[in-house]
Amino acid sequence: MSGEQSTSTEQHTIEHKPTYGIYILVWLVLVMLTGVTVAVAGINFGNITVATALTIAVIKSYLVLTFFMHLKAESAMFKIFVSVALLFLLISIALLFSDYSFL
Amino acid sequence: MSSVAEHTTEHVHRDDLGSRMGIWLFLFTELVLFGGMFLVYAVYRFMYQHEFHIAAKELNTLIGTLNTLILLTSSLTMVLAIVAIRKDNKYLSIFFQMVTILLAFGFMVNKYFEWTTKIHHGIYPGSETLLAKGNGEVLFFGLYYVMTGLHGLHVLIGMVLIGVMTRFTMTGTVNSDKYIHLEAAGLYWHLVDIIWIFLFPLFYLIT
Repeated sequence: MSGEQSTSTEQHTIEHKPTYGIYILVWLVLVMLTGVTVAVAGINFGNITVATALTIAVIKSYLVLTFFMHLKAESAMFKIFVSVALLFLLISIALLFSDYSFL
Repeated sequence: MSSVAEHTTEHVHRDDLGSRMGIWLFLFTELVLFGGMFLVYAVYRFMYQHEFHIAAKELNTLIGTLNTLILLTSSLTMVLAIVAIRKDNKYLSIFFQMVTILLAFGFMVNKYFEWTTKIHHGIYPGSETLLAKGNGEVLFFGLYYVMTGLHGLHVLIGMVLIGVMTRFTMTGTVNSDKYIHLEAAGLYWHLVDIIWIFLFPLFYLIT
């Protein structure tokens, strides 16, 4: 973040002090979001029902990636790395729907 | 493995950042594997919207929700195991890893009952009951068995992997300074969790 390059051998561990609290908090939010998904599934929003479920799933995945998978603590390189992979998945989804939505 | 020319203990080659990047690369291949299946799901759901809704009514939302909570909690205990080992709390880390394995086992037990109930009702790929239904429902259950089956296989592999990590932690291969193995198993485990986060609403909550 402060532009320090990892040239030293001391850089092999994830920085920041480990604490239990933040993970328990993230877990609570994930459980709450699961509750919301299940509750919302009972209501019929028509076409946006799927969109709602997927939006919540994306938020949950973001939380897991950022906190549980430590992307928050990783260098920018990792964030770009993951973003590019997700971008390509998004491109294939977009291309697929551009094909099938107009049947 | 240790082809170090000089037998000095102080200069062991180690690149945890590279190791983590390797794991992430592997996870991307998993993303493509499951991503492709989600694309197939998307196309067929688009083509057979009504039949997918009817077919999904057969699935037990309660078991699905329970399994979601189990898997989320196992992700938590996995990450707590890493915090514990970094704080040099070996036995707490082992405890958290064992809880993770136990939760994964619980997930598989639920999955077992879920699948056997379906099979008892005559719903399994190629069964007469299923083939008597429409194309959309056949496709829904085909995707259901393949996708939750492949995900279940990942859960089983994860259990073995975390089991090996527990052993490593006991022997000291994984310790407060060098926990990259545990971190790698954790990353894999969280990916399995993320896949379920998408499988759950797409199969269980579309009634």
